Amino acid sequence: MTSATTISGHQGLQMDEPLIFELDSPGSSGVDLPPPPKVKSRLGAVAARNGVGLPGLSEPEVVRHYTRLSQKNYAIDSGFYPLGSCTMKHNPRLNEKMARLPGFADVHPLQPVSTVQGALELIDTLAGWLKTLTGMKAVALSPAAGAHGEMCGMMAIAAAHEHRGGPARKRVLVPESAHGTNPATAAALGMTVEAIPATEDGRIDLPAFKAKLGFDVAAVMLTNPNTCGLFEREVKALADAVHEAGAFLYCDGANFNAIIGRVRVADLGVDAMHINLHKTFSTPHGGGGPGSGPVVFSEALAPFIPLPAIIHDDDGYRLIETQDDDDGTALAFGRMKAFHGQMGVFVRALAYSLSHGADGLYQASADAVLSANYILAKLKDTFNAPFEGPCMHEALFDDKSLKGTGVSTLDIAKALIDEGFHPMTVYFPLVVHGAMLIEPTESESKRSIDQFIATMKGLAERAKTDAASFHAAPTLAPRRRLDETAAARKPILKWKK
Amino acid sequence: MRYLPLTEADRREMLAEIGVASVAELYRDVPEAARLPGPIAGLPAHMGELEVERMLSAMAAKNVTAGSAPFFLGGGAYRHHVPATVDSLIQRGEFLTAYTPYQPEIAQGTLQFLFEFQSQVALLTGMEVANASMYDGATACAEAVMMANRTTKRSRAVLAGNLHPHYRDTTATLARFNGFEIVTGAPTPGGKENLESRIDGATSCVVVQTPDVFGHVHDLTALAAACQAKGALLIAVVTEAVSLGLLTPPGAMGADIVVGEGQSLGIPLSYGGPYLGLFAAKEKYIRQMPGRLIGQTTDADGRRGWVLTLSTREQHIRREKATSNICTNSGLCALAFSMHLTLLGEAGFTTLARLNHAKAVRLAEKLGDLKGLRILNDGFFNEFTIDVGRRANKVVNKLAKRGILAGVPATRLFPDSDGLTDLLVVAATECTTDADMDALARGLGELL
Amino acid sequence: MSQIKFTKDHEWIRVEGDTGVVGITDYAQHALGDIVFVELPEVGREITQGNEAAVVESVKAASEVYAPVDGEVTGFNEALVDEPAQVNADAEGSGWFFKVRIANPAQLDGLMDKAAYQTYLEGLA
Repeated sequence: MTSATTISGHQGLQMDEPLIFELDSPGSSGVDLPPPPKVKSRLGAVAARNGVGLPGLSEPEVVRHYTRLSQKNYAIDSGFYPLGSCTMKHNPRLNEKMARLPGFADVHPLQPVSTVQGALELIDTLAGWLKTLTGMKAVALSPAAGAHGEMCGMMAIAAAHEHRGGPARKRVLVPESAHGTNPATAAALGMTVEAIPATEDGRIDLPAFKAKLGFDVAAVMLTNPNTCGLFEREVKALADAVHEAGAFLYCDGANFNAIIGRVRVADLGVDAMHINLHKTFSTPHGGGGPGSGPVVFSEALAPFIPLPAIIHDDDGYRLIETQDDDDGTALAFGRMKAFHGQMGVFVRALAYSLSHGADGLYQASADAVLSANYILAKLKDTFNAPFEGPCMHEALFDDKSLKGTGVSTLDIAKALIDEGFHPMTVYFPLVVHGAMLIEPTESESKRSIDQFIATMKGLAERAKTDAASFHAAPTLAPRRRLDETAAARKPILKWKK
Repeated sequence: MRYLPLTEADRREMLAEIGVASVAELYRDVPEAARLPGPIAGLPAHMGELEVERMLSAMAAKNVTAGSAPFFLGGGAYRHHVPATVDSLIQRGEFLTAYTPYQPEIAQGTLQFLFEFQSQVALLTGMEVANASMYDGATACAEAVMMANRTTKRSRAVLAGNLHPHYRDTTATLARFNGFEIVTGAPTPGGKENLESRIDGATSCVVVQTPDVFGHVHDLTALAAACQAKGALLIAVVTEAVSLGLLTPPGAMGADIVVGEGQSLGIPLSYGGPYLGLFAAKEKYIRQMPGRLIGQTTDADGRRGWVLTLSTREQHIRREKATSNICTNSGLCALAFSMHLTLLGEAGFTTLARLNHAKAVRLAEKLGDLKGLRILNDGFFNEFTIDVGRRANKVVNKLAKRGILAGVPATRLFPDSDGLTDLLVVAATECTTDADMDALARGLGELL
Repeated sequence: MSQIKFTKDHEWIRVEGDTGVVGITDYAQHALGDIVFVELPEVGREITQGNEAAVVESVKAASEVYAPVDGEVTGFNEALVDEPAQVNADAEGSGWFFKVRIANPAQLDGLMDKAAYQTYLEGLA
């Protein structure tokens, strides 16, 4: 099946849209600026450049261009987005409104501290929420995303080991099912990564894990709930063993949404955990960022966190940007980024926290877990669930039931696109063959989830008889399958005349 | 609770389908001692929109906004006017609430604007390729050094003393834990640093900023040649993207990698974030680049489209051998940047740059007339350094009390360096009016 | 008559005098799918058996190619730089990766011959 062809290239509401460079009307601009006053140039030794090569468009053309592009995107606003590990929940517009208050949006990071007391209060208030929700002692707010948070947490661990002295600890133990960022982070810090095997029930093999522990291990990086959507039941025993070996337990907080407001990670023996504000705290993903990845720390690691820090005392809020004994930051390590963190994301996260409150969060995590278990229960006779439930906030299936049909996990994903759903996460975690990881979040209505379940069942039925239609899918999206091989063999990474 | 669609009836029905009596049973794998019996203590209960707005507006009202005062701060974040179109369009739900474009058939909007963004950044910096963005300028700088280390198989980076100290510190943090060496000079307010003499056969890269943190504009041509002679890479840092509308781009001066902060276009000051890391390089280094790349291809019907490409560099595939652990970019900020630049176009962007320079020149003229005040820069773009002859941070605090946000004291940037106490870095942009400049000149005149 | 040996990691080595020509097997190229990039060792590099000598990438995977024997790299297949698809088209012929001067011919004895490799593959299925 090929797509309908039209004279214009448009197809109803789907507009064929060229690149901005192909819409160039030389001399046009969508911004009216006053003519620069005549002054004697003071550029010094460097010559003025002779043009940049940018295209010129009027304002209406720009508005139309981006509106048309937007219409080629799937989004949470438009449909169910069950992307496991990504927590695609509703993004409240109140968050956006609050982040745009001039008192937050129009404040410079290097203004005198006396002129930004409200900004520091907001950051400190959010810090309080994160500490209370996790039961942890300290929080570093500057990391810009989850992976950046991981790096922050692992740096703190390295700093703590360095401070204690003793032989070097360079080994990091990571479950096989971990996110790729975990080993990448450890490696960037000069540590070596070793995989911890899993048991038949999808959890860490504790005896095998203990056998790997030793006094050269710096940390264990654990995702809990894990990437198979399961809670690591033996996390306490694992934490105890880690601590006994003098190592630290780092928790990848990507799946915090399953337990927020119901379980405090401090009670599980965790020493550090990043929190993805763009997942659990509803701040928008924006097509891949910006995120924000604050890290909470146990008492043992609290002295070893990065700067800047905020201190609240009788004089109001102070911003601590250099190590200082009096401020308790003598052992802190340096910056992770410029300035003080993702303020715009903090405002949104706090607006979300206040809106939900302790009671709303308690219900939200329960609904997320309930919805995932509902999907697991309704689909486990259609698709194979490799592990026994209950799951946490994600339901995991493999491709066993598709064997012999000629239809793969990828084909199911592409067929879902034609059905108006965003595909689930596919082929992750790697420990399961042809994985399909479904995370509904608490934001979906039962009607929406039921429609998804019915669609999945229908696709499974069709897979038995009509593999060809899957291989052609999607046919109803703005584009059919794209040739990724050609893109990688001869990369075209920018527009050329 | 307005964000939760499930009704009590739905929940009962779903529990029955699952075959459990309560949600608590679903949490049975969590150690019992760690399960809270009810909402966590110490936090308030849910609030309506009105209450949340009231509470956060009260916090916001405690801050002095840039737009409410004569304003002269720069130092890596700049106040520019953002066209109304930008903020309106980036709030379209299809941009705002989309994830990373892993399913290209239904993410062409994001992929196409990122491809346009990469093309724009390559043009601005004068480089062959650019990625789809990093967290911010400082992290882009640190990643560029790591990339240079990998490319040259060396591990000593030379950092200019006039590199923004936050960029230096971010790089130093990574150096400490990754185990590479950095050689960094002292801040040089006069602008004349001899970086060439610090390069040797073990140097992986030289990192230099232009305009630098004191506002000096640098010709990098000789430095690029010196780097090339010793087999080191030249990394150029640009913290004021608007300067690229007027100044010769680093690529044309021989830089191997250009990183920068994109906040100046389309992105509010927002007390320091989220911002936008720009990252561009020569094409031959592409396999060592961090971050996402968007590439052009065709679909099954032969129609042009875009995909994430060269992903084998990245953590989700390469894991511990990835070029970086970065897993996001700064997508929505990249959209705002790209949109602002598209609105400006060639004519608007180059005019904006000239306007910024003209405003700064005018400010220099007005301040240059003041007794007891000295301008340190020969060449500058829209930011320069003045010696106020007394402690600059006190001057700034006094002026703040009079409703003037006067600039960035050099000691705020370099708290541990000597000899900078009297220096103030001031910036002017298209937002700066003659009345603002007069207010600053008057204020300084009265204090000095 | 040249001798071809195979490793458990799906490399092959064709022995021509004191030199070995190395590539990945047809089974390996098939498992990887469309090859988009190969990273080849520079001439003069010393490689050791079982350690990484090259990298082969498809769109979604990157795999190390391990040295089947110890030795010094004496050449590589320049055609693959521009046309990595050659590996898919003719993995055990024109899609070769690099040449190595074999330091320790005894190591060849530990590798599989064609028949043994076939049996090994059947065991994987």
